[in-house]
Amino acid sequence: MDFASAQVIGAGLAAIGVGAAAIGVGNVFGSFLESALRNPAAADGQQGRLFIGFAAAELLGLIAFAVAMIILYAR
Amino acid sequence: MAEAGKIDPMHQFTVEPIAPLHIGGVDISFTNSSAWLLVTLVVIFGFMAMGMRRQLVPNRWQMAVEGLTGFIDDMVRVNIGPEGRRYMPYIFSLFSFILVSNLLGLLPLAIVPGLHSFTTTSHFSITGVLAVMSFSMVLIIGFWRHGFHFFSLFVPHGTPIVMVPLIFLIELISFMVRPFSLGLRLFVAMIAGHILMEVFGSFVVTGLNGGPVGWGVGALSFAFIVGVAALELLVSAIQAYVFALLTSLYLNDAINLH
Repeated sequence: MDFASAQVIGAGLAAIGVGAAAIGVGNVFGSFLESALRNPAAADGQQGRLFIGFAAAELLGLIAFAVAMIILYAR
Repeated sequence: MAEAGKIDPMHQFTVEPIAPLHIGGVDISFTNSSAWLLVTLVVIFGFMAMGMRRQLVPNRWQMAVEGLTGFIDDMVRVNIGPEGRRYMPYIFSLFSFILVSNLLGLLPLAIVPGLHSFTTTSHFSITGVLAVMSFSMVLIIGFWRHGFHFFSLFVPHGTPIVMVPLIFLIELISFMVRPFSLGLRLFVAMIAGHILMEVFGSFVVTGLNGGPVGWGVGALSFAFIVGVAALELLVSAIQAYVFALLTSLYLNDAINLH
């Protein structure tokens, strides 16, 4: 396999992490919504924590994206 | 676009000098990045100046400005407490700068020939400096208020003595990673969104030359890109909010320890 095809395949593999982060972000918001509907009075006070969890989950997906870009544009 | 038919999604992030200026071998040209930083500054100043008339009965513009400042004030008060009030201007500047430059980067100015909007926050040199500023503020405030007691941040209450070295190491690493994660998140989120829009935008254009199948692909891509544009507006706001929120949380660590 030549370098260019290995590069593209590697970038594609690295992009799997973005999908995993999508599951994580969906889980964060899904769990928040589920518990917010159980106790709507407490929901507003937890929005800061919601976005912290979102940021942490999203960051890992973005790192996967950055790795894919580094692999794709490395020479 | 470099060659006909070739998609070059990274081209939009190139920094091009507008007025070249070299002093002593250092390139300090006025680039499109600096131009858009200036535009960001002008927009923020304009927005604030229009709403700072301090009327007893506020008009709409003043309501907008008060809503924005009230939002940040609320966030700082909830996350840091009453002592955080003096850091509110910094958090507010961070939030408004990131929000406005994210939104300016999304403006579809490229329909005017020769004009390209440039997202200043899509460069790690900008977001990295913002992150380092926040991080050094945390360090300075932490050591200034607590002295060497600041290191107790790395050892949570009730840690067994045996575990202290390990916990200290882990907490230290998670503390030192903060500026990178803070800067990386914003810059990668902006880059990813703009690449996505560029790629699907070029699908629309090349699809128009591809016969009936191409038109179908183009129409689908166009519908998709409308959704992505809406998502990007949301991401712009969320990233600005997350950056300000995390900065205030880190400041809370430095001010109140834990």
